[in-house]
Amino acid sequence: MRLERRVHRPALLTLGAPLLALAFALAVAGGLIALSGAPVIEAYKRIAIGAFGSRLAITETLTRATPLILTGLAAAVAFRARVWNIGAEGQFYIGALAVAALGNVLPFSAGLLLGGALAGAVLLVVPVLLRLRFGVDEVVTTLLLNFIVLLFVSLAIEGFLRDPLAFGWPQSVPVPSEARLGKLIEKTRLHWGLVIAVGVALAVFAVNRFTVFGLQSQAAGANADAARFAGVPISRTLIGVACLSGGLAGLAGAIEVLGVKGHVSTALSPGFGYTGIVVAMLANLSAIGVIFAALFVAAMFVGADGMSRALEVPSFIADVTTSLALLAMLVALFFTNYRVAR
Amino acid sequence: MSIYTKKKPDVAPAPGPVLEMSGITKRFGTVAANEDISIQLARGEVLALLGENGAGKTTLMNILFGHYMPDTGRVSVNGRDLVLGRPRDAIRAGVGMVHQHFTLAGNLTVLENVMTGTEPLFAPASHTRAARRRLTDLAERFGLTVDPDARVGDLSVGQQQRAEILKALYNDATVLILDEPTAVLTRPEAERLFTVLRGMAADGLSVIFISHKLNEVIEGADRVVVLRQGRVTAERATSETTKDELAELMVGRRVERPRRTEAMRGAAMVRAEGVSVVTAGVTRLNAVDFSIHRGEVLGIIGVSGNGQTTLAHLLSGLVSPSAGTLTIAGQNSGRLSPRDLIAKGVARIPEDRNTEGAIGDFSLWQSAILERLGESRFAKWGIVRAGAAREFCAQVIERFDVRGGTPDTATRLLSGGNMQKLIFGRNLIDAPKVLIAAQPTRGLDEGAIAAVHGEILAARAAGCAVLLISEDLDEVLALADRAQAIVGGRLSPPVATDTLDARRLGLMMAGEWDVTDAA
Repeated sequence: MRLERRVHRPALLTLGAPLLALAFALAVAGGLIALSGAPVIEAYKRIAIGAFGSRLAITETLTRATPLILTGLAAAVAFRARVWNIGAEGQFYIGALAVAALGNVLPFSAGLLLGGALAGAVLLVVPVLLRLRFGVDEVVTTLLLNFIVLLFVSLAIEGFLRDPLAFGWPQSVPVPSEARLGKLIEKTRLHWGLVIAVGVALAVFAVNRFTVFGLQSQAAGANADAARFAGVPISRTLIGVACLSGGLAGLAGAIEVLGVKGHVSTALSPGFGYTGIVVAMLANLSAIGVIFAALFVAAMFVGADGMSRALEVPSFIADVTTSLALLAMLVALFFTNYRVAR
Repeated sequence: MSIYTKKKPDVAPAPGPVLEMSGITKRFGTVAANEDISIQLARGEVLALLGENGAGKTTLMNILFGHYMPDTGRVSVNGRDLVLGRPRDAIRAGVGMVHQHFTLAGNLTVLENVMTGTEPLFAPASHTRAARRRLTDLAERFGLTVDPDARVGDLSVGQQQRAEILKALYNDATVLILDEPTAVLTRPEAERLFTVLRGMAADGLSVIFISHKLNEVIEGADRVVVLRQGRVTAERATSETTKDELAELMVGRRVERPRRTEAMRGAAMVRAEGVSVVTAGVTRLNAVDFSIHRGEVLGIIGVSGNGQTTLAHLLSGLVSPSAGTLTIAGQNSGRLSPRDLIAKGVARIPEDRNTEGAIGDFSLWQSAILERLGESRFAKWGIVRAGAAREFCAQVIERFDVRGGTPDTATRLLSGGNMQKLIFGRNLIDAPKVLIAAQPTRGLDEGAIAAVHGEILAARAAGCAVLLISEDLDEVLALADRAQAIVGGRLSPPVATDTLDARRLGLMMAGEWDVTDAA
C-alpha cells in the first residue's frame, strides 16, 4: 500500500473536506460529552444558543472572532509562502504593548493601529532574516520569541508601563479614551475592529489574487527552486511576507487593546496567536475562508462557556472540538491531494 | 591498468547460477521499461549492465531488489524464488543494493547506520561490540577502510559509498548490486572501488554494476549485458568485445547523419574565457572556454554530474563566475540574475522541468509569465495583468501545440512533453537571441523529442545562438554544429560534429579528447 498524488482533485472532495472534518470533530466530541454524562444533543443545542442565541451572544462571538480573523490571516499569509510563523502570539502581544506605550504620545486610533502592526512586523522580520542569512529554523525562533515577549510584557506592566491606579493589578496604563475604537453596537463589546478585520481579510485576498507580490510569495512557497529560476527575488519576497504576517498579528493585538480592554495585561490573549494557526489551517490558508473559520472557532469557545454553565461539562470541550477539527481537516486535506494506491 | 586486474575466483563455482532473472517485463503506463529480460549471474562473477539513460537498467535492478513489482517474470537467488516486490525478502536471500543516491542517515555514525534494521526494536541490549568487530573484520577483509565511529555526514562521497557497501555486506549479501557506482566518484576513488569489487568476487561474492561508461565496463567486469529501450540487445564476455562494439550496441545503430540544414554562422553572442564557478568550496566548473554563435548550436556532451548543472545555472543567472570573463551580447557579465538574462534576450530551458521549470500548483498562465513579471505588459504598479497573461499563454499553447490544457489548467496536469513545449513556447515566442537548453529531451517520448528538436533547429535557423547541454549522443550529433565534452567540470576543445561519430563522441565523454582533433 502506498500513497500517490491525485492527478485530478475532485471538486466535491475539496469543498466537502472542511465540512467532513467539522462533522467528524463534532461527532467525536459528542462522544466525549456523552462520556461525561451529559445529553449530547442538548449540549450542542446549548453551545449553539451560547454562541448565537441572543443579540448579546452574537456580539460576543463576533468580538471573539475579530482577533482570530487577524491572527488566522497572519498564519495563512506566512504558511502560503512556507514561512513557518509560530510566533503570532508574541507578535500579538508586542503589537498590544506598542499601543499601550504609544497611547499617550499618539492618541489617535489610526496611528496606534499602525504602530502595533509595525511592532509585530519587526518581531517577525528578525527571525526571517536569520533564516535567510544563516539558515536558522524560524519555527524555533518564532516559537521561543513568544515566551520572551510575554515575559517582556510582564516586565513592562509591572515596571515602566505600570498603571499606578490599578489597585496593584499588573496591567499597563490605559489608552486614552479618545484613541479607543468605537462600539458597533451600544452596550455590547462589539467594536469597529470587526469591520477592520473583515476589510483586511478582503484586502489580503486581493493581494494574494491580483498582485505580483501575491504571485511571487505563492511561488516561493510552492516551489522555491522554480521561483528562483524564474527570477523571483526570494529574500525580498519572504521579508515582505514577514512584514505582512507579523503586521497582521501585531494589528490583532493593537485592535484587542483599543477595542476591548483599553490596557495590556498578560491575560489579554487566551492564545489568539496559536489559535490563529488552527484557524488558518481550517481555512486551508484562504483569506476569505479565514473569516468563516474564525467565526466557527469563536462560536465554539463562546458557546462552550454557556454550555458548561448549564450542563457542567467542562468548557475545555471547545479546545477538544477545535483541535479535533484541525486534525480531521489536515487528514481530509491530505486525502484531497493524495490517494491510497496499491 | 593494474587496478583492474582480473582474478578468477579460487573457489569452485557453485552448480547453478547465483541469481537468475527470467522473463521480466515492467510497464509504466504505455512505456515498457523492461521487456522480457532474462539474465543470469554466476558465483564470483562481476557483471555490468550497460545502457543509455532510460534503457531500463535501474528499473531491472529495482525489480530484483523488490522496490518494483514486475508485470511478469521470475527472480531466483541461489535456486530459491523471491517473493517479488518485497525488499525484505531480497535482503534475506542475500541481495544487497547500493543506490545511486545513498540511503544512509547523515547524523548517525557508520556503525549505527550499518546496524540500523538489523536488531529488533525492543531488544534488551544493543550488541554494539559484536557489531563493531564484525564491521571491522569485513572492512579489513575487503579493503573498505572507513572509521566506524565517523558521522556519515562528515564523510566524503567515496567513504559514504564504502559505508553503504559495508552495510550490504553486514546483512550477509552474496549478490551486490551497485547503481551507477562511479557516477559520483572521482577517478582515483572509482579505481579503488573496482579493486574492492574484484576482491569481493575473488572471495566468492557476485556483483552487478550499472554503468554507461565503456571503460569501466570493459576493465571492471567479466561479462556485460547491454540494454536498449528495455530489451537485452547483447551479452558479451568483456574479454571478447571492444569499446567500439559496445558503443554501437548501446546506441543501437549506426548514428544517422544529422538533419541539419546549412545555416549562416554569425557573431558570437556568448563567450566564456577561463570561466570557473566555485560553490560551497567545490570547483564545479574549471576554467572553461566556449563561445556560442548566432545561427549555430553548440552541444555540450557529458555524463551527468560533471558540471552540466552548474554550466546551465551559470547561463540561467543562478550562479556567477568566480573567475574568468563571461560576455553576453557583447557585455561583460560579472553578476547576473535571471531577469537580467531575460532582458538581454536569453531564453532558458531548465534541466529539470518539474523542479525548476514550472510550479505544479500554478495555472498554465501563471507558469507562462512567472519569469516575465518584470515586463510591463504582464505587471504594472505591482498588479498582475492576468488578462494579458492569459492571452500570452493561449498564444503559446496554440503556436507550440501544447495539448491537454487551457490557460487556467494546473501545470501539474500536463504531460512531460507538453510541459516542455510550454516552457519552450514561453521562451521562444519572442524570438530570443540566445537559447540555453539543458537536457531538453530528458524523459520525453519520441514524439515530444521530435517536437523539441524541431524547435531548437527552428531557433537556430532564425539566427538564435543555441547552447544544447545533453547526455544523448544522437541528440548532439543531430542538432549541434560543434560539440564540447564536459568531464569533471572541464570542457574539451570544440569539435565539428561533421567529423565525429558516436564512438568518438563516446570517447570524448570518457575524458579522452586528446585523441580527437580540435576544429
